[in-house]
Amino acid sequence: MDVQETIRQQVTSHPVVLYMKGTPQFPQCGFSGVAAQILKACGVTNYLAVDVLQHPDIREGIKVYANWPTIPQLYINGEFIGGADIMRELYQSGELQKMLREAGL
Amino acid sequence: MNQTLLEQRLAALQPTRLEIRNDSAQHAGHVGNQGGGHYSIVIESSLFSGKSPIMRHRLVYQAVGDLIPDVVHALSIKALAPGEAP
Repeated sequence: MDVQETIRQQVTSHPVVLYMKGTPQFPQCGFSGVAAQILKACGVTNYLAVDVLQHPDIREGIKVYANWPTIPQLYINGEFIGGADIMRELYQSGELQKMLREAGL
Repeated sequence: MNQTLLEQRLAALQPTRLEIRNDSAQHAGHVGNQGGGHYSIVIESSLFSGKSPIMRHRLVYQAVGDLIPDVVHALSIKALAPGEAP
């Protein structure tokens, strides 16, 4: 299957998807670690975390998919929300919690 | 040197404030880093007025362009419109 189609299926079949380096338990990059911690702080534990270091095709494909050159990337209900800095801004303003609540999480 | 390149590219956004911090030493040799530097920037530009965080970051990424990933491996961005608190 085409990698863009794989990504599209991942982000539309899971309410929350985080593309990251490493895993939420063992992040391999500070930004990915922050992203996972923010989701944890929002009380979201049941999400799909895709370790792009294990999937080189997705690592490159996700940059094209969102037209966004960096990882991590957060998706809620198929919509690209942002990277670690934007997640932090949205979390500090309470906006992220609201988006997650509205998504039923 | 790399920081100068970054400053030159960001000049395209006509910043009224630009702070660049080199965080590379904290990340040397970590997984997935092929040598590019880690930078944190605070940039204020009237081009950001009325734009969402995603749009602001896209403008920064567009300006930085081809420096990612070889020169710049990671970029922490705080993009402010004039009058916004950092």
